[in-house]
Amino acid sequence: MSDYPILSIVTFLPLVGALFVLLIRGDEANVARNSRWVALWTSGFTFAASLMLWVNFDTTTADFQFVEQADWMPNLNISYHMGVDGISMLFVVLATFLTPICILSAWEAIQKRVKEYMIAFLILETMMIGMFSSLDGLLFYLFFEGVLIPMFIIIGVWGGPRRVYAAFKLFLYTLLGSVLMLVALLAMYFDAGTTDIPTLMAHGFSYEMQLWLWLAFFASFAVKVPMWPVHTWLPDAHVEAPTAGSVILAGVLLKMGGYGFLRFSLPMMPLASETFAPLIFTLSIIAIIYTSLVALAQQDMKKLIAYSSVAHMGIVTIGAFTFNQHGIEGSIFQMLSHGLVASALFLCVGVVYDRMHTREIDAYGGLVHRMPGYAVIFMFFTMASVGLPGTGGFVGEVLALLGAFEANTWVAFFAATGLILGAAYALFLYRRIVFGALTKENLKGILDMSPREWLIFAPLVIIVLWMGIYPVSFLDIMHVSVEHLVNQVETAQAAAAQAAQLAAN
Amino acid sequence: MYPLIVFLPLIAATIAGIITLAGAMSTASGAPHDGHGHHHHGVSTADRVSQLITVGGVVVAFVISIFAFVDIALGGNPVTLSLFTWISSGNFVAPWALRFDTLTCVMLIVVTGVSSMVHIYSIGYMSHDPDKPRFMAYLSLFTFAMLMLITADNLIQLFFGWEGVGLASYLLIGFWYSKPSASAAAIKAFVVNRVGDFGFALGIFAIYVLFDSVQFDVIFGNAEEVAGATLVFLGHEFSALEITCFLLFIGAMGKSAQLGLHTWLPDAMEGPTPVSALIHAATMVTAGVFMIARLSPIFEYAETTLAIITVVGASTAFFAATIGCVQNDIKRVIAYSTCSQLGYMFFACGVSAYSAGVFHLMTHGFFKALLFLGAGSVIHAMSDEQDMRKMGGIYKMVPLTFAVMMIGTLAITGFPGLAGFYSKDLVIESAFAAHSAVGTYAFWAGILAALMTSFYSWRLIFMTFFGTSRADERTMAHVHESPAIMTMPLLFLAIGAIFAGWFAKDWFGGGDYEEMLAFWNGAIFMAEGHLALEHSHHVPGWVKLAPFVAMVSGFVIAVVMYKLVPSLPRQLANSFNGLYRFVLNKWYFDELYDKIFVKPAFYLGYNFWKSGDGALIDGVGPDGVAAACRNIARRFSALQTGFVYHYAFAMLIGIAALVSYTIWKMG
Repeated sequence: MSDYPILSIVTFLPLVGALFVLLIRGDEANVARNSRWVALWTSGFTFAASLMLWVNFDTTTADFQFVEQADWMPNLNISYHMGVDGISMLFVVLATFLTPICILSAWEAIQKRVKEYMIAFLILETMMIGMFSSLDGLLFYLFFEGVLIPMFIIIGVWGGPRRVYAAFKLFLYTLLGSVLMLVALLAMYFDAGTTDIPTLMAHGFSYEMQLWLWLAFFASFAVKVPMWPVHTWLPDAHVEAPTAGSVILAGVLLKMGGYGFLRFSLPMMPLASETFAPLIFTLSIIAIIYTSLVALAQQDMKKLIAYSSVAHMGIVTIGAFTFNQHGIEGSIFQMLSHGLVASALFLCVGVVYDRMHTREIDAYGGLVHRMPGYAVIFMFFTMASVGLPGTGGFVGEVLALLGAFEANTWVAFFAATGLILGAAYALFLYRRIVFGALTKENLKGILDMSPREWLIFAPLVIIVLWMGIYPVSFLDIMHVSVEHLVNQVETAQAAAAQAAQLAAN
Repeated sequence: MYPLIVFLPLIAATIAGIITLAGAMSTASGAPHDGHGHHHHGVSTADRVSQLITVGGVVVAFVISIFAFVDIALGGNPVTLSLFTWISSGNFVAPWALRFDTLTCVMLIVVTGVSSMVHIYSIGYMSHDPDKPRFMAYLSLFTFAMLMLITADNLIQLFFGWEGVGLASYLLIGFWYSKPSASAAAIKAFVVNRVGDFGFALGIFAIYVLFDSVQFDVIFGNAEEVAGATLVFLGHEFSALEITCFLLFIGAMGKSAQLGLHTWLPDAMEGPTPVSALIHAATMVTAGVFMIARLSPIFEYAETTLAIITVVGASTAFFAATIGCVQNDIKRVIAYSTCSQLGYMFFACGVSAYSAGVFHLMTHGFFKALLFLGAGSVIHAMSDEQDMRKMGGIYKMVPLTFAVMMIGTLAITGFPGLAGFYSKDLVIESAFAAHSAVGTYAFWAGILAALMTSFYSWRLIFMTFFGTSRADERTMAHVHESPAIMTMPLLFLAIGAIFAGWFAKDWFGGGDYEEMLAFWNGAIFMAEGHLALEHSHHVPGWVKLAPFVAMVSGFVIAVVMYKLVPSLPRQLANSFNGLYRFVLNKWYFDELYDKIFVKPAFYLGYNFWKSGDGALIDGVGPDGVAAACRNIARRFSALQTGFVYHYAFAMLIGIAALVSYTIWKMG
């Protein structure tokens, strides 16, 4: 098994598919149809291949698995180094799982430049997978930034009326972070002589250097998460993006920040992470309360869900910086489940948007009378978003909050207000869209979900339930890697404390 | 076999749910309709199948529950059935497991018994409703969640059931989703309950921190050791179990509608009446009482929290009773009555008379379900009228309904020999026998509330059944007794309301103390020195007599005001207008909460969005930068603009910064 470069196959298979799509010729309808099918098959194969990672994953070791290393710039000590551990593996699967769903969701919604659209998505998939499986800082940086290029294009070309503004805003925010992260990476290179991630994890940077490095990475990751106050690009990007763009944005792109914290900040800058944990906690708490309240006031479905994502990601960042196993596992689990639930909610918006071409909440009401199937699905994911036990939303939230309680009760106290506010805005949205009498004339002929739409939602429902009822399948993957990470951080922090003690004596 | 009790309702709910969805989708895919819902009102095969399956599921669960009660509670064979691991992270392990002990079995009888009756009753009550399968599916879903709650063997699974019943309650309150008031009430119920859950969740975390486990056996086994420990919460050092139990109690307050978090319960009456009977009277709202009884091994070490529980319970009993006295909606009277009776259960727990609290929970389950379903029968007879001012003089037309309502009323007011008599007197006497300041407070609040209970219950009877009718002729012409499918469950519950107290009193502490301890078999814990229950039999004669006097007084006042001098209520309302308005408007809790929570939340949300995100962050951040960029770009218009350019530029800056850094570092 290990003979095959399976990780590279998973990573670059979509790119190969994109190449095939590029070669498609003929009249417009033909090109569109063939592009869709090629993209769907490619992403389906990629997903199947990524399942091989899961099947063959060894849950007893914290080492990187499916490792591939090849010379790239040997004289600079930079290599093509790939591998996954219990923290990153499931994100790879998340990305490969969501891509075919995105392609299916765009089946009818996208009618112009279908070929280019599919190419953009397949490139995007390669970038996402590569990002989660890079074990070299420079490689990571390329994928991390590379993700944004197809995303800009997806928003900028297939987006709504204010797409240029949204793409530009996303660009401006990312710009700042990217520059600083690149600087930090190069600084690490000059200090450690390599950009190899496992090596950097073991390197042990000085405390002062950790502080600067941490801040530089923070600038980049905080934008991606997004943390308050650098979150304002997200609502605009979501509103302008086509449905599938929103799905990837909420499902995978937002996880890049949280993943980055766990891959870089915690293990490489444990002392700085400890120093800055209060900052993370404060910003996350503000995010939870502030954006939940803002969500309550929204008139646009997508904006509301976008703001709710910011609040949910607040739980993720809190969990990551608790430095204990519950918090970090909760954080990862919350990212995975939010990746599915928020995606599903954006798909729910897409279903009615495709029919009515508006996201204005007031334009709807009483949909349950015409769309009972939709009402059930939307209710299910609303409850999952609220964190109802039995759905995936609960497990991550409860573990992250438990970790927070162990770290600092104030943090848990304020973060738990999300339980209340989250229920308020989510149910309020659902009520305005689905419940009530069906009085609007233009809604009276609206049709319930098509078989294709059911096909999109069915796997999401099953997995969200699975994550809620038997989350052990997912938690088992993380245990050893997270334990290792916690030990790494604790050891470094303890050593520093001891050194400080000695110095004081 | 015991897992069937829990999972039969789930299976039934799933099947009925599928039937619902299939039916709804085939209806909805028809021609665009008038926007007023469905057309058929008959009983289809799908309706029948869903009714049979759900009723069958829960009735079988009830029968098995009786066996379980005999085997486990009476036979003394508690058992825990482990299914599989649910959540595991580090030392934190929450299994799926079903715990059957005496407390569970008592609850099983109440839950499956009342649920069976409500299921059957609903076949008749909802016969004119087009959404029968959906209703039955929700009822069974609720029953499943409630059963998960009472069979939980750890706090996380308890929380699963806790939230599950919350979901079912939300769905059922908002069952008639075309009505905006129903949807609003559903959200209110869910969100107010979430306020309680906020405390509950923090309490669970505290438990884990203290015990390194969320499993009941581990917690109970180590409670005494942890009793002396302290816990720093929000910067203060508290006695560990005091703060933990207090946080858990906040959860109980939300679910059981105690003073402060009660506002959702009256609004929950928007749901169909069988829902009010099952969820918002007999079972779900008692979950808070159950939780405290279940966790008695830790609450017993939290004296201060117990005192708080006593005060909150007693105040709720009193406060809700005052409101019940002036409401005109028949269901709201009973809703406030429920709120008040829950207060009794809480202060019983507060003085460590847990079994008295659970006793009242059990008897209340029967007579309150009876009253609600009886009220439903009245509403049914009166063509969906709920305002008692438009009723009256119908007792001859609905003799059976009238008879069972009388039984329910006698039972709740504590008429000697009926269910409420035993349990309520035990609760009140225990409060007195606690010989503490809070116990005495609870005793007097309980006596006053008993007086008011008697008053509003008889007021309801007089306004509904006696006097001359105030309904219009058309309604009166339609008044009819309900069909057997509705009256049969009423009779069953009436039997419970009559005999349950007398039958079970020895198990719950109304008789021999040792027999009670043997029955509970350790499922409820009372610390040494907590003797309220034991001493409740040795209270002075006047204390024993007091509830009876209160009951008679309430009856006499009701007779005077609503039978002898019918003009009196209006006169009193006029001469004490301020007080009357205050009580009629439910002590202005809703208005207050609207002012201090709801409105500010929306106001803040809007302003954070427009001023915070819009003006401040975007204004200074991206928009400001963008404006500056455009300025610069215009000046360097010879250069090509575009994303790629920007990107390259970014890289350039990066490299420049890097070079500077390296130089600085080397220099």
